Amino acid sequence: MKKKRDLEQFLGFGILFLCVGATLFFLAAILFFVAVKGISVINWEFLTQGPRNGMTAGGVAPAIVGTLYLTLGAILFAFPLGLACAIYLCEYSPKGWVINLIRISINNLAGVPSVVFGLFGLAVFVKYFGFGVSILSGSLTLGILSLPVIISATQEALLSVPQSLREASLAVGATKWQTIHRIVLPTAMPGILTGVILSIGRIAGETAPILFTAATFYKKGYPNSIFSEVMVLPYHIYALMTEGAHPEKQTAIAYGCSFILLCMVLLVSLAAIVIRQKQRSLAHG
Amino acid sequence: MVKIKEKIYQWIFGVLAFASLFFLVGIMIVLFREALPIFKKVSLIHFLGGQYWYPTYDPPEFGIFPLILASFWVCLGAMAVCVPLGVGSALYINELASVRQKAILKPAIEILAGVPSIVYGFFGMAVMAPLLQNLFHLSIGLCLFSASLTLGIMATPTVCSIAEDALSYVPNTFREASFAVGASRWQTLTRVIIPAAGSGISTAIILGMSRAIGETMTVLMVAGGAAVIPKSLFDPVRPMTSAIAAEMGEAPMGSDHYHALFAIALILFLITFVFNIIAEIISRRFRVKLGLAG
Amino acid sequence: MDKIVKMRAKEVNFYYGQHHALKNINLKIYANEVTAVIGPSGCGKSTFVRLLNRMNELVVHSRLEGEILLDGKNILELDIDPVEVRKRVGMVFQKPNPFPKSIFENISYGLEINGFKDRRQIEDRVVESLKKAALWDEVKDRLHDSALRLSGGQQQRLCIARCLAIAPEVILFDEPCASLDPISTKKIEDLILELEKDYTIVIVTHNMQQAARISDYTGFFLMGDLIEFDKTEQMFTAPKDKRTEDYITGRFG
Repeated sequence: MKKKRDLEQFLGFGILFLCVGATLFFLAAILFFVAVKGISVINWEFLTQGPRNGMTAGGVAPAIVGTLYLTLGAILFAFPLGLACAIYLCEYSPKGWVINLIRISINNLAGVPSVVFGLFGLAVFVKYFGFGVSILSGSLTLGILSLPVIISATQEALLSVPQSLREASLAVGATKWQTIHRIVLPTAMPGILTGVILSIGRIAGETAPILFTAATFYKKGYPNSIFSEVMVLPYHIYALMTEGAHPEKQTAIAYGCSFILLCMVLLVSLAAIVIRQKQRSLAHG
Repeated sequence: MVKIKEKIYQWIFGVLAFASLFFLVGIMIVLFREALPIFKKVSLIHFLGGQYWYPTYDPPEFGIFPLILASFWVCLGAMAVCVPLGVGSALYINELASVRQKAILKPAIEILAGVPSIVYGFFGMAVMAPLLQNLFHLSIGLCLFSASLTLGIMATPTVCSIAEDALSYVPNTFREASFAVGASRWQTLTRVIIPAAGSGISTAIILGMSRAIGETMTVLMVAGGAAVIPKSLFDPVRPMTSAIAAEMGEAPMGSDHYHALFAIALILFLITFVFNIIAEIISRRFRVKLGLAG
Repeated sequence: MDKIVKMRAKEVNFYYGQHHALKNINLKIYANEVTAVIGPSGCGKSTFVRLLNRMNELVVHSRLEGEILLDGKNILELDIDPVEVRKRVGMVFQKPNPFPKSIFENISYGLEINGFKDRRQIEDRVVESLKKAALWDEVKDRLHDSALRLSGGQQQRLCIARCLAIAPEVILFDEPCASLDPISTKKIEDLILELEKDYTIVIVTHNMQQAARISDYTGFFLMGDLIEFDKTEQMFTAPKDKRTEDYITGRFG
């Protein structure tokens, strides 16, 4: 009896171990391939020049810059909005049905496929508002997409501020708003920043929403206004793999782009995690 | 004076707080408005059940059944990969991993969940497809199988971290009570912990499915793109998302094709909407069950 | 009695949802005296004290009836701003709750909130309140260190200084020594006895010796009722109610 039980446990745990092993193996394989092949094409020219010879040589600098512009634009739009929403939900604690309604919309918005955001952006920003295929349209689309992530990260950070600090502030005669902007927000800020930085990583890698709202495969030089089309890293990878006449040369460049994108995203998330750890150890020391 | 200022702030925040609702409703309105014209040309039944998708042919045919089927199979295939891997990893991290392993695994999974889908798509296209092609002697490596596999690997970290959250909510007292009556760790895990976290884990699975159905770039690059009903695991397919992404750039604005693509997006939206509502209901039950509901 | 009544509760009832937390409370708080509120946990003593500066409003699903008078004026009336009430009725909490800022900023915050602009004036007030709270000597060389580095007892005195800085008339102490060691507790008690000269003080405590040591008046709460209210000496030597006697002699609670 006991033996059978032990065997069962041994097998069960063995399977779980294999699951973790397989997961880590696949993910490591992806990172490894992209890193090894990516590093070999990266050099100074690749990072600082535009593409040459029909996308088969040169660099991808405009795409890097474009990615930064789009991400920055999306955050500029979504962060204030998300912050306000989270503050309202956590600090002004409205009636139950209001909280539920907003929460359900946030959850559902988070589940909408990214390509659907792309169509929304196409119909509303590109067509209806007439912004055209541009940085502005792409940023707004990406901003809406990232809103749920920013709201829930901010909410979490606000909830972690102890109630006793709010009470202390109110007890010395501060108003609600004074309490929020002088005590609650500064205390929650590292947590809020962590959340926002993590969502920056997500935004930078999104492709489907910008397919029809911002991205272009080739553009001479750098964008000069918020109404111009941009080259963007994720879209550039896609285009290199599916368009053009020189698959081998393009694949090599795509490896480079993937590696740069991966580095950008992972460094950003790593930074967020480090900030969080630092904050935790500060809070305890 | 101060009081008025306070009220104004509350109002500003209150109004901005409805942004999510506003955008969600906005998306619905846009999808309906842009999708409805196609149903003047094709009936809903023919649209959903039609076997042929030739949007640019003359006369065009708008049957999205092959696309729906492709989405369904790819999603199912992806689930076959990511559910065992994701949930298994979550169980390992929660129940077996040492403190040190946990300290490495949890952030690692979290970071990997943030790897952009385009990178997975690229990997699938550049590495996986040629590999499978040689391995199984296929005419083309871009097919249902490779799409499922890539998508499954991609969804694993997401499923894992949500399931891990659910497991960590199970109170330690359950575990202790089970050990106290002489159960082994494995018995405790399968008979106490998993049932207790069951609805939380189901939420993870449903959200994973929702993500897999809606994922675009990976399937666009890896699934092969043929809009026909697949006969085998190694046939190329064209899921709904990749049809939209691939064709919207070429569909003239306001054409039937354009409206048909919006109609696909609408159906996609409704599917994920239902998934999310189900996940919401289950996770609420989960919190009630564990006494976490507020 | 010719003492001045600083605050007064008149027929106060308080409900959390269905729960009737305070039942018809009538109580007078005299100026420049220490009034202790005692009772077993869950008796409503903290709830009662939080009504005195309208901190109860942070609790959702609650309902309040009756009047609370401050210098004869009902502070529960709709046109009275709770912010104004809290400036006159300060509060020190059970757990020390300094802001995650420097020692100096912890005190200057309240001053800035209350419209002080002149830097010199703020500095003077900070020093003055730290002295009053008997903390000055311990922190004068590190005013710009984080308040979180102070010990628990020092943090609590900082919270008292923070409260004193805005010159309240009444100070509410909600079990201020609950999380402190005996030495820190002694310091706070001495401080309260000192502050009594200038302020009206209400202290919630579950420690009867503490109530006996520092208070002039005591109210005994039990399950939402005010059972007895009297001079502390009277109450601890000859309680009128059997339940008060049982509690004071340690038979329950």
